[in-house]
Amino acid sequence: MKLTLKIWRQKNAKSKGKFVIYKMENVSPEMSFLEMLDALNKKLVETGDEPVAFEHDCREGICGSCGMYINGHPHGPVPAVTTCLLSMRYFSDGDTITIEPWRALPFPVIKDLIVDRSAMDKIQIAGGFISVNTGAAPEANSILVQKKNAEDAFDSAICIGCGACVAACKNASAMLFVSAKISQYALLPQGRVEAKDRVRAMVEKMDELGFGNCSNTGACEAECPKQIKLTNIARLKREYYKAY
Amino acid sequence: MDKVLFSSVSKKFVMALAGLFLILFLPVHLAINFMLLKSDPGPFNKAAHFMATFPLIRIIEILLVSALLIHISYGIYIQIKNWMARPVGYAIGIKTKTSFFSKFMIWTGASVFTFLVIHFSNFYFIRLGFVKGNPDDFYSVAHELFRIPAYNYIYLLCFILLGLHLYHAISSAFQTLGLNHRFWTPVVKVFAWIYAIAIPAGFAVISITIWQFR
Amino acid sequence: MAVQIENTQYMEKLNAKIPDGPLALKWTNYKNSVKLVNPANKRKIDIIVVGTGVAGAAASSSLGELGYNVKTFSYHDSPRRAHAVASQGGVNAAKNYQNDGDSVYRLFIDMIKGGDYRSREANVYRAAEVSNQVIDHFAALGVPFARDYGGTLNTRSFGGVQVSRTFYAKGQTGQQCLLASYASLNRQIKKGTVTMYPRREMLDLVVIDGRARGIITRNLITGETERHSAHAVVLATGGYGTIFYLSTLAVNSNATAAWKAYKKGAFFANPSFVQIHPTSIPQMNEFQAKLTLMSESLRNDGRIWVPKTKADKRPPNEIPEEERDYYLERRYPAFGNLVPRDIASRAAKERCDAGYGVGPTGLAVYLDFRDSLNKQGKKAIEGKYGNLFEMYRTITGTDPYSEPMRIYPAGHYTMGGLWVDYELMTTIPGLYAIGEANFSDHGANRLGASSLMQIAADGYFILPVTIGNYLADQIRVPGIKAEGPEFEEAEKSVADRLDKLISISGKQTAASFHRRLGKIMWDFCGMTRNEKGLLKALELIKDLRDEFWKDLRVPGSLNDLNQELEKAARIADFLELADLLVTDALNRKESCGAHFREEYQTPDGEALRNDADYTYVAAWEYAGEGKPHILNREPLRFEEAEMKVRSYK
Ligand SMILES: Cc1cc2nc3c(=O)[nH]c(=O)nc-3n(C[C@H](O)[C@H](O)[C@H](O)COP(=O)(O)OP(=O)(O)OC[C@H]3O[C@@H](n4cnc5c(N)ncnc54)[C@H](O)[C@@H]3O)c2cc1C
Ligand code: HEM
Ligand code: SF4
Ligand code: FES
Repeated sequence: MKLTLKIWRQKNAKSKGKFVIYKMENVSPEMSFLEMLDALNKKLVETGDEPVAFEHDCREGICGSCGMYINGHPHGPVPAVTTCLLSMRYFSDGDTITIEPWRALPFPVIKDLIVDRSAMDKIQIAGGFISVNTGAAPEANSILVQKKNAEDAFDSAICIGCGACVAACKNASAMLFVSAKISQYALLPQGRVEAKDRVRAMVEKMDELGFGNCSNTGACEAECPKQIKLTNIARLKREYYKAY
Repeated sequence: MDKVLFSSVSKKFVMALAGLFLILFLPVHLAINFMLLKSDPGPFNKAAHFMATFPLIRIIEILLVSALLIHISYGIYIQIKNWMARPVGYAIGIKTKTSFFSKFMIWTGASVFTFLVIHFSNFYFIRLGFVKGNPDDFYSVAHELFRIPAYNYIYLLCFILLGLHLYHAISSAFQTLGLNHRFWTPVVKVFAWIYAIAIPAGFAVISITIWQFR
Repeated sequence: MAVQIENTQYMEKLNAKIPDGPLALKWTNYKNSVKLVNPANKRKIDIIVVGTGVAGAAASSSLGELGYNVKTFSYHDSPRRAHAVASQGGVNAAKNYQNDGDSVYRLFIDMIKGGDYRSREANVYRAAEVSNQVIDHFAALGVPFARDYGGTLNTRSFGGVQVSRTFYAKGQTGQQCLLASYASLNRQIKKGTVTMYPRREMLDLVVIDGRARGIITRNLITGETERHSAHAVVLATGGYGTIFYLSTLAVNSNATAAWKAYKKGAFFANPSFVQIHPTSIPQMNEFQAKLTLMSESLRNDGRIWVPKTKADKRPPNEIPEEERDYYLERRYPAFGNLVPRDIASRAAKERCDAGYGVGPTGLAVYLDFRDSLNKQGKKAIEGKYGNLFEMYRTITGTDPYSEPMRIYPAGHYTMGGLWVDYELMTTIPGLYAIGEANFSDHGANRLGASSLMQIAADGYFILPVTIGNYLADQIRVPGIKAEGPEFEEAEKSVADRLDKLISISGKQTAASFHRRLGKIMWDFCGMTRNEKGLLKALELIKDLRDEFWKDLRVPGSLNDLNQELEKAARIADFLELADLLVTDALNRKESCGAHFREEYQTPDGEALRNDADYTYVAAWEYAGEGKPHILNREPLRFEEAEMKVRSYK
């Protein structure tokens, strides 16, 4: 199929960016979205241009590296997939596809479609852990966890830190991302011990970094490739109130 | 401690509480307003007088006004911060299908605010003496106002917008308070629909009846 | 470089330092006698850790907890993205929670046998021994492992073994283990014991007076080359399976760090031991950048078959039962679809090469769930494999509930890697290699779910102890400064090489060279190898390398984010490593584990080991640009495990 791509190009953090239009031919519906961009980049390099910079690694939806804003949706129009797993089957011949980087104050653009997501690490550094030194752990089965709680904790723990929730939120809020970690630990007895310190520290860091507040709009949940639920945010709030 | 009071979570907590407090008050206000439909101004004026003088109600009134002020100021503050969180926007707006009205809370809220200014200048400020009028006969003031078609249109429009504000506000407030439940959250959503329609409809019935039939 | 020379002089370099005593007590004895560094001195010692996979993150956090000054590097934007995040199936431990007769000893024997007797007994035993601590630690760190109703941990069975010892968190065990390690790393970053340097690629090792003293990195945002110094350097840089271009690995995984260490004097062990995983989604288009793994656990309920007639183009559901060849069940009645990975992969290749393959390319076999679906119902299957089925549907667009999956083998894991002794130290004093980056404990073939176990054991429990033995003698060495001729020389060579890459100004992209290299490796040094093919590969690799340095095109500039440059530098190293890999495959004139030389097989096509001549670790030594690699042998002795012919029939 033939496609028109409208891609945000920006040389580096300091320069101003603009959209550049590229025509693509012979795009196979079997390709993934990133393979389609690989094909574009091959063409660009061979004709002496700089390829479009974008982040990617595992290409199977687990590392959270990839992420671009495609036609008004983080990770594109198909729900519950990352950009790397987005198949070109979902586009049709003649489509124009507009590709932009994540937009948020704490996510400055580094180059083209690559943004700096270290703010998400900073929130995790503030408190996203359980304080156990190597060697200090008790026998694994001495900590019993209700099956249901273990499963719910898992459902929260599978967040891949891609930032699509921030990108989709009208307020660029990171609440879903933060609440996923808070929930995972809140649901496990191992995590309860320092639950109060954790939620205080993580919320404080999130605010400090300039993420917006939560309006309970639910765009995050709708765009999250791992289907992290809004119930996590309610749990974060409960944990926060309990902490004071 | 100051960090706690002004954290994103706390601010919304306070806003939600203040908002829910206002939500509790609206049916009371509506009930009193229904007395406007009686041909005898007595009960309404008595109720209004009672509301204006009974000490406990005075305390609640102060609470209400402060709740309103807190809600508004936090609302505006949060909104500005939210706008600042995305200095460079998208060329193609966010197309995610979500709770529609949640995106316009500041605008529906602002219209409610405009209305409240008019409303207060009509009644509250009379009592305070800022605006001329008879503070002992709000019944007549109301009836006169409702006979002005333009006032009616604004009144109706504002109540529709209030309804839209409240529809998202109610379920949102519960979520903000951390109350999210497999069974109860959908119930709250239904309640929000009913409330968001019933309250504006109630006020509208009164104003339209007076406008058209009295 | 086709020739190789043998080294007898430097045998002392290959001292594996295996502690004395009976196998089961070696680790305890070692810990009892290892030198310690007192807490006040630890603060004065700097350690560089390269890599933030489970191995690197675990080592960084544990060393930080001990009080060392740790500097941790990764080319990723965040430590959480390291490739270990993609491991699916689980992590092994000898807990025997199922009461099915498991023990440390059995896990040890399974690994030794699975590795086809080409691993070091003492190391394997220690990995098995530490496995229980690994599970305790992960559970304490909040990994949401699967649980039973009573709240205890659940396990499942995994290919090639008869006990149920694999702990798992659905199909995302690696993600959960990595995120737990990332969290403990974060805790140390917050405490200030670890400094994290993300988006830095290590491009050279600095060796001063024979000891590893630092690294040269490129800042991937600004393009600057930077010097970092320390008392010791730990490489936790993962495997090099991406040398095949198409593999199940994250596409940026590469061999650069290990290769630079090799060129600075670290020996590279068994490079040709590469595991080809039998069940990945086949290639679908020419631009494909990677192959997606469908977890081994699927073989518990799926049956593998091809049509009995060649080039049968009928849709699978129209092929009647009697016209299907369940070739694994036919050839290996005892283990059936659950034979180890190397055997399943070769059998699939054999069928496809014989013309029975399915799908548009003929390079695929069916993995069919029809019978299990009929027997257990859709719900049960969904409960076990829901996310894998979903992933298959997302990628291929066909529904595995109604049509069999198409699968084909793909490069997956490298058992080979930097040679290390019992202390995980390479042949360069002060340089350690942990995780998949070392030649590890998996011999010639790794059993499922034992990598997470080994990389966590290395990082959390082994290296933090053994490194003290070296550092105890380093306490009087004042803080190492990033200066002097060695740093200058290393930094200059990095800058020169990058400069050279960017100024070739040819016509072809780095990726196109990678794709061609991958094809050579896959065709001649993949699932099966033979002398003729390997010799041809050596020539092809050399030609490709020459072409690369003449016709590569890297656009953009040196001092900017430049992904093409990053790729080119990695592929330049792959082109060198490929040569060593093939040389090693040529040298090993036997078939063992994943290394299958067609010349050495039994009449019915099974691997034929040559224990008399090849019971050794081939540790290769760099001899200089253009010179043949030097072979050093570490003989393997099996005192506990009895050497048997692996049979799964
Ligand atoms: C699809 C798949 C599924 C798997 N499933 C399982 C399973 O179920 N169970 C199991 O036990 N094993 C499994 N494995 C194997 C396991 O995932 C790997 O062995 C493991 O990831 C290796 O981890 P590591 O910590 O050694 O290195 P990696 O996780 O590969 O990390 C390498 C790190 O080094 C950094 N790095 C590398 N080079 C440089 C450089 N030059 N400069 C700076 N930084 C550098 C990277 O940024 C990264 O942080 C699977 C593998 C694959 C591919
Ligand atoms: C009778 C009057 C009002 C009532 C009953 C009311 C009620 C509420 C409630 C309950 C919420 C939900 C809070 C939460 O989710 O935590 C809310 C949200 C909001 N209200 Fe009001 N409100 C009223 C008037 C106003 C006014 C006058 C304004 C502003 C000018 C306003 C602005 C907002 C905004 C911006 C939000 C959304 C905040 C966010 O989600 O980030 N409201 N309102
Ligand atoms: S919550 Fe979802 S959208 Fe947000 S970072 Fe995690 S996986 Fe991505
Ligand atoms: S590349 Fe890893 S999630 Fe997309």
